[in-house]
Amino acid sequence: MRKNVQAAAPTESYCPDMKTNPSPSAGRLPFTRAGAVAGFRACVPVAIGVGVYGVLFGLLARQKGLSYLETQSMSLLVFAGASQLISLDLWGSPLPVFSLIATTFIVNLRHVLMGAALSPQLLRLPAGRAFGSLFFMTDESWAVTLSRLTADNRRGVMPDGAYLIGAGLAVYLFWNVSTALGHVLVRGLDDPARYGLDFAFTAVFTALLVGMRPRRVDILPLCVAVAAALLTARVCPGKWYILAGAFAGGTAAALAPHKDDDKPAPRKETRP
Amino acid sequence: MSMSPLSISLLTIVGMALATYTSRAAGLALMTRVTPGPRLRRFMRAIPGAILVSIIAPGALASGPADAIATGVTAVAAWRFRNLPLAMAVGVGAVLLLRQVMS
Repeated sequence: MRKNVQAAAPTESYCPDMKTNPSPSAGRLPFTRAGAVAGFRACVPVAIGVGVYGVLFGLLARQKGLSYLETQSMSLLVFAGASQLISLDLWGSPLPVFSLIATTFIVNLRHVLMGAALSPQLLRLPAGRAFGSLFFMTDESWAVTLSRLTADNRRGVMPDGAYLIGAGLAVYLFWNVSTALGHVLVRGLDDPARYGLDFAFTAVFTALLVGMRPRRVDILPLCVAVAAALLTARVCPGKWYILAGAFAGGTAAALAPHKDDDKPAPRKETRP
Repeated sequence: MSMSPLSISLLTIVGMALATYTSRAAGLALMTRVTPGPRLRRFMRAIPGAILVSIIAPGALASGPADAIATGVTAVAAWRFRNLPLAMAVGVGAVLLLRQVMS
């Protein structure tokens, strides 16, 4: 972690001045308070949706017999909704310590690919800032950041490296406050599905995907990902379907015949 | 055992936190050591969209016709308005309405 991660060259250049600067790895990203605030604000509507599940988590944790200290520590330190809710299923006496830790790791394996997907930007930050920002990376803040990066990239604007941590802090704040509310205050929460709130996440991720304006080359990987995710969701419990779909889609993209080898001037290469 | 149940549970939570942070940091840690070739680059470039569409797929396509149509409505709203909170509100509104109508 002490090592300067900037040493490895990023795969893509988001910086318009790169033409004058032949070494892309020399391009440090700005990391400003304004960038963090922008990320925070962009993520607030999504974070409110996360808060609904934070209340649910706090409430279920109390019903399961976790103390307030245990419940809040989990939201502050683990900060991962799906694995926290799943851990409540396993929680009992004596505590299945190993299963809890192993399950948490497996449920969160999808973060490996998410972090790798952000690496072209993160590699252009000092290691401390990059690995610090990653502590706060959730599905939601990752997706909001990625859609912003795609937009910046298309407009030829230099992204702000602090956007990710800003977005992550919005989710962190709402998740922890709502955990406290659920554990301490709320007595009897209705099923979020009754208000259509279970759909909020599908809606958010759909809007983010549409906002990324997938290109024609993306169609095959996306279809393969959908098929793999649906299949896996039928067979396996938990969040395996995300990892399976991501791997299948990525593999399809890697193995599919790609035109930039055959055709001289494909349009898609103008938008890397 | 001399440990109290509370300290066992708090240590377990710390272990869960380490497991989670490892997953969050591993992707970047791996990419600092690997210089991707063209094939890995295409893989990585497809990952964001593939993750998003995989997160959506079961909720959108395996949760009944109301949710499927509401996903379409959300996509159209997102395309038209380019506004995340608005698209989210339209989607939740659509699913509420459609679930009542279609069930």
